[in-house]
Amino acid sequence: MAIDIKVKRGLKLRLKGEAEKTKSPALKSKTYALIPDNFHGLVPKMLIKKEGTSVKAGEALFYSKYNEKTKVVSPVSGKLKTIERGARRRILRVIIEADKEFEYVNHDKLDPLKTDADQLKNHIFEAGCGIFFKQRPYDIPANAEDTPKAIYVSAFNTTPLGADFEYILKEKKEHFQNGINALTKLTDGKVYLGVDRNAQSFLHDTENAEIIKVSGPHPAGNVGVQIQKTNPINKGEKVWTIRPEDVAIIGELLSTGKFNAERTIAVCGSDAVDRQYFTTLIGAEINSIIEEVDTNKTRIISGDVFTGDIAQNGDHINFFANEITLIPEGNNYRMFGWLPFKDNNIPSVHNTSFAKLRSKPFEVNTSLNGEERALVVTGEMEEVMPMDILPMQLLKACMTGDIDKMENLGIYEVAPEDFATVEYVNTSKIEAQELIRQGLDLMITEVG
Amino acid sequence: MNFIRKKLDKIKEPFQPGEKFEKFAPAVNALDTFLFVPNHTTKKGSHVRDAVDLKRTMITVVIALIPALIFGIWNTGYQHFTQLGEEFTFMDAFLHGAIKVVPMIIVSYAVGLGIEFAFAVKRGHEVNEGYLVTGLLIPMIMPVDIPLWMVAISVAFAVLIGKEAFGGTGMNILNPALTARAFAFFAYPTYMSGDKVWVSEATEVSGISGETILGTLAAGKEVAYDSASMFSGFIPGSISETSTLFILLGALVLILTKVGSWRIILSGFIGAAVMGLIFNALGSSVFTNNSLMNFPWFNHLIVGGLAFGVVFMATDPVSAAQTMKGKWIYGFLIGFFGIMIRIFNPAYPEGIMLAILLMNVFAPTIDHYVIQGNIKRRQKRLKLQTVKTS
Repeated sequence: MAIDIKVKRGLKLRLKGEAEKTKSPALKSKTYALIPDNFHGLVPKMLIKKEGTSVKAGEALFYSKYNEKTKVVSPVSGKLKTIERGARRRILRVIIEADKEFEYVNHDKLDPLKTDADQLKNHIFEAGCGIFFKQRPYDIPANAEDTPKAIYVSAFNTTPLGADFEYILKEKKEHFQNGINALTKLTDGKVYLGVDRNAQSFLHDTENAEIIKVSGPHPAGNVGVQIQKTNPINKGEKVWTIRPEDVAIIGELLSTGKFNAERTIAVCGSDAVDRQYFTTLIGAEINSIIEEVDTNKTRIISGDVFTGDIAQNGDHINFFANEITLIPEGNNYRMFGWLPFKDNNIPSVHNTSFAKLRSKPFEVNTSLNGEERALVVTGEMEEVMPMDILPMQLLKACMTGDIDKMENLGIYEVAPEDFATVEYVNTSKIEAQELIRQGLDLMITEVG
Repeated sequence: MNFIRKKLDKIKEPFQPGEKFEKFAPAVNALDTFLFVPNHTTKKGSHVRDAVDLKRTMITVVIALIPALIFGIWNTGYQHFTQLGEEFTFMDAFLHGAIKVVPMIIVSYAVGLGIEFAFAVKRGHEVNEGYLVTGLLIPMIMPVDIPLWMVAISVAFAVLIGKEAFGGTGMNILNPALTARAFAFFAYPTYMSGDKVWVSEATEVSGISGETILGTLAAGKEVAYDSASMFSGFIPGSISETSTLFILLGALVLILTKVGSWRIILSGFIGAAVMGLIFNALGSSVFTNNSLMNFPWFNHLIVGGLAFGVVFMATDPVSAAQTMKGKWIYGFLIGFFGIMIRIFNPAYPEGIMLAILLMNVFAPTIDHYVIQGNIKRRQKRLKLQTVKTS
């Protein structure tokens, strides 16, 4: 029996520049990078310390200082080129120069349904797939010692211009199913799979998972919303989440014995020239996928418009990202732009603009459209927050660092990405995701 | 446009960080951002943002106030000439009103914004736009003949004690505009109540009955106006509070743009109607001689400051309740207490000001209980889970 969720509150933002559903291989990237900052909460300890060492594809490069079983492996075989460090020798990037022909680390082939749970878990973590799991609460890499009460996968992307998981996974159906089978062994409870309720897709027929059929505007596709509506997290409980592409990587690992770091990246956004899907590998150079752009005029986002990171020419794509979005920079002045009903080409969910009446998709830029102010307007955040959370009150608790209040108001149930819509709509231009992140980090240090 | 932009950038140079007048940057920025929406871009997180900002929101409120303001200006002249029994044209009335009201608005903005700018420079933050609305509201709820220096002192009190003392915009407990009015009311009662202050220059002529309708009722006299003129606003009163019609026009702007909470506006009127009905029922049987109590409930909604208060003051998001349910309760109680105070307070039969200030104080308490509801749901779920696992 599938669970039906109809989300009403949220944000539907129609943006120009969706990726066309055609797939091409990207240019071969010369170097690949792993960025420890992509795994918030992980303190990296290098396993291979000497630059110039040869590594195989799937060989562990670093592990988590506090969680030794969580390892991050090289997506390619080649030479460890540089370990880029910042202030206080913090590791910023681990860059690998790729070989022409890849040599893989060979793992045992396992049938997940017939393997003992502990053995399977060790196998997955040892092969470097443990890093794919994130733990709620706190939205940090999962700890191999825990057994979560449930595992959630959302294969429904509601972010504006979001990549279509169905299209990405179409050719990896078996691996995906195999991966789902493996997940069932890692939890005491169920594996939940969120799918688009209004789409015809093979995902609906996935076995061994509780299907959640979701409809509605963003953030309906976020796992956070699906968890809250089906099996909310209470204090002391842990839930793991994993992205669907990574489920397929686990499935492939188990059936072939290889860590195949293939990623399908959607190139989208109004400033993108060749808008389509590209196949490449985790951590590839951004310029192997898109041409160089003038970053004064165009912003490269490694990820989607709501949660991605700013990237420059020459950077590498984020570990988890399945999109590169290119939108114009909004670093220009607008005369009298604050007048109500002026500049209706800028999307607005507020009724002080006619933007709502527009049927064409918007060409949006990165302008803040104002300046940061004190929190004045009330009620707007609630309209885009489908969870049973009081967004403004929780944000204020995060601002003041009031741990009891944060706990009472449901900090365990949220991740920064769930506040992306709140960040988008709020009149005072506060950075809601950053505030939630700070709140979560405070909880980790104070409560653990 | 580019030319102006370049000129402005040139003017702003000495105010940049590290330059000579760095400290005064907030003041210059405030003026600059009135011409141009700044070129700030998102840094992380959501890379795109809504077109709305606080300036746009506040200007929308100002637009909503304009119908009531223009009518108020005209009505000031209208009351003056009709009470004096003089012949006049539309323009005469309007000009007379403008001469009286515009200086009040100028004084209010000058004093209020002066203090706001000083605090912004002192505290090193940008100037918040909230005062654009407050500064216009204050003259609109004053009697027309109040001396300008009193307006100035009331504004200073409201901004300093009512707002900045709590930490500035977004932190104040009381509605600043009503704080100004309450201050003037308690500090200079002779200028704020009685039968002479509501009609322009009435003090100079004897024999004028310039009382408000509520004043007339409190004194136990007959009301000389019908419901239609009460609704359209051809009655004496504070500058812009008289015309329910034009206030509702403003309410429509606020509700359609979602800048004002329709929950508060609607529940405010419901609360007032309920209290009015209760007193009407009691009045006809118990207190037969209290004419305020026997004043029909629907008339209660259209006289005095009730409509203006509910539409423009109660909806101030900072001092109102912030939760959805809280807004219903908050609005209802404002209407409810407003009529109650009006009827039981013979010295000053206008209760809405005190009712809103009272509920401003209680808004956090209302929110507290609504928030507790959310917290209790979560705790109950946790308890159920603990029982299940143990």
